Amino acid sequence: MPQKRHSLFMPLIFVGGLIFGFGLGFSHMARPEVVLHFLQFADFGLVFVMGGAAVVSGIAFAVTPRLSDRAPLTGKLYGRRLKSFDRNVLIGGGIFGVGWGLSGICPGAAYASLGVGNVTILWALAGMFVGAYLQGYWRSHRSDAERAAVGAD
Amino acid sequence: MVTEFIDPTLYESLFPAGISRYAVGGLLVGLGAVVIYLGTGIAAGASTFLESTLSYVSDQSRFQRYRSSRDWRIVFTFGIIAGAALYAVTFQSGLLSSGLYQPGTTGETRDIAGVTIWLTDVQPWRLFLGGILVGIGTRIGKGCTSGHGVCGVGSASKTSIVGVITFLVVAIGTAQIVLALGVSP
Repeated sequence: MPQKRHSLFMPLIFVGGLIFGFGLGFSHMARPEVVLHFLQFADFGLVFVMGGAAVVSGIAFAVTPRLSDRAPLTGKLYGRRLKSFDRNVLIGGGIFGVGWGLSGICPGAAYASLGVGNVTILWALAGMFVGAYLQGYWRSHRSDAERAAVGAD
Repeated sequence: MVTEFIDPTLYESLFPAGISRYAVGGLLVGLGAVVIYLGTGIAAGASTFLESTLSYVSDQSRFQRYRSSRDWRIVFTFGIIAGAALYAVTFQSGLLSSGLYQPGTTGETRDIAGVTIWLTDVQPWRLFLGGILVGIGTRIGKGCTSGHGVCGVGSASKTSIVGVITFLVVAIGTAQIVLALGVSP
């Protein structure tokens, strides 16, 4: 991959992250208590965080491809975020849901939580890396084994 | 305003902290994703960072597939941390205030050299165990709250809509059980 990137690529990613993180802080979604209050029906405000964000991205994802073909900094075609559906979406979503409901924290909000000074969230971040490693280890070995089985034919 | 359309008592019970900080924050979260999309065509999610960063320390094929994006995903994550820190030194610390921003009452705040930091009261075992499940689930389920929830739903992706409904319903059920069992904070 070491192809040369546009000099503004990394600065733009950083600025995008900056706005994204500021929004997570401002909305209080970076606070596990607020997420838990939402899931426990004590404060429904969080609907406006996810809804507001999806509306903004929805407008951009719908309009941009009509105005231009390719992104200026990468030459990448403007498309939508579409992933194939299979059982994993339900299984993974279910496991994520149990974790989110237990802890009140999701990945983006966890990074932002560190930014607001919540060092206690390092527990959650450590857990996320452990979890990502466990599933990656398991799935890497499974796909290696499948490839070996196919190769043997 | 919304308050004029629905019963004030009902509004107060549904949205005890109002809606403006949530709506403004959500618009900014969307704007951050859109800035990256407009410039690069990338619909960024936050959870791939976990696996792409593991590619630095593990040769597992599952992590190595994210090698080409691992550098910018670190920059994205540092941007998120820096953006939240910018909020902390401004609105959280009271340096800036706005009619659209309602301070919170949860957790614990500490004052360090004029900057107010915020700390959660949620117990470490919940954060760690929940984190493990979040790490497994978001990666198997092809996305998290930002990948599926913001970019995927924004793309009107059926997979993402089903993904969001799945983790939202399960999370509500889990949080309600936790509450019923009296686990707090």
